[in-house]
Amino acid sequence: MSRSEALVTADWAEEHLNTPGVVLVEVDEDTSAYDGGHIAGAVKLDWKKDLQDSVIRDFVSKEKFEALLSSKGVSDGDTVVLYGGNNNWFAAYAYWYFKLYGHGDVKLLDGGRKKWELDGRELSKDEVSRPATNYKAKDQDTSIRAFRDEVIASIGNKNLLDIRSPDEFAGRLLAPAHLPQEQSQRAGHIPTAVNVPWSKTANEDGTFKTDEQIKALYDEAGLDWSKDTIAYCRIGERSSHSWFAIHELLGQSNIKNYDGSWTEYGSLVGVPIEKDV
Amino acid sequence: MCGAPAQTPTLPAHVDITKETVIYGVVSKDDAPVPAAYVRLLDSSGEFTAEVVTSATGDYRFFARPGQWTLSVLHNSGSSRQAVQADAPGLVEVPIALS
Repeated sequence: MSRSEALVTADWAEEHLNTPGVVLVEVDEDTSAYDGGHIAGAVKLDWKKDLQDSVIRDFVSKEKFEALLSSKGVSDGDTVVLYGGNNNWFAAYAYWYFKLYGHGDVKLLDGGRKKWELDGRELSKDEVSRPATNYKAKDQDTSIRAFRDEVIASIGNKNLLDIRSPDEFAGRLLAPAHLPQEQSQRAGHIPTAVNVPWSKTANEDGTFKTDEQIKALYDEAGLDWSKDTIAYCRIGERSSHSWFAIHELLGQSNIKNYDGSWTEYGSLVGVPIEKDV
Repeated sequence: MCGAPAQTPTLPAHVDITKETVIYGVVSKDDAPVPAAYVRLLDSSGEFTAEVVTSATGDYRFFARPGQWTLSVLHNSGSSRQAVQADAPGLVEVPIALS
């Protein structure tokens, strides 16, 4: 994978709004953003209601994912262009999720909603409906998904990449600061993890920095490219953004995203934790 | 808006302001509130800590901790950057005017 295959500009998206086989999908934590105005023709996905199982902590099954996309009018042969708020965190999460279920052609809109809005580009409130399809997903590709036992076994062996803010890494904050800080899990980070906040890979308008700039960041942090890497954050969405930068933009295939992330690790009994406070 | 609780000055009932350091306020331009502005909270080293989008009434809100912070605001009508000192948990109101 490379930048030209995985990332599209706002200009490209605008030129392809009516291209058959190209489907824009907005993914947000709070779908009121979509309802208040979205890119014309884009369908919406709610990262929680649509992509998370409603009972156990896991993703929806392959069959439910197929039913979801079929109902949204997305075909498995379509080019899916994802974008959203929060600097594309949840869109990047959905990108990784689409890849997990084997979707062939997925792209991320560089800068997401933020860049689109700062450019003053048009948003629409028109309801979007697409004819239902018969979407076929593949079995989960767990070469890009890490689970807790692998994470614990990786301490001191693989690269552990903590992409949260320095305050969360140090244990001074338990969640990104747009959320209340009272949380049930312990504070800190996984021992041996390096801290490269996701935001370092992006410009302030939400677009990605150049491949050279991104690679230099991880080089400076001491990431050993010859070793496998596991990225994590609090719930796995910001780490999808960094997974995207490394796996898709830089073309490094030996990185997994740990979606259990700190809400799981920081709640486990008996696992080692490092903190700076 | 996305990723954040509603950006109103009224806090959710469960929030304990003896423990939470709440930095909040209204973003305005020419005395009118600015909705859909992007407000970033940067730590004392200038690193990103969080971002919210202002509400229809121009409100933003962060749950931080005592310390030195910077608020950086982007909107297609202007921008602003402002230092914030939070000495202790509680409410810290920071109105921001775009220029």
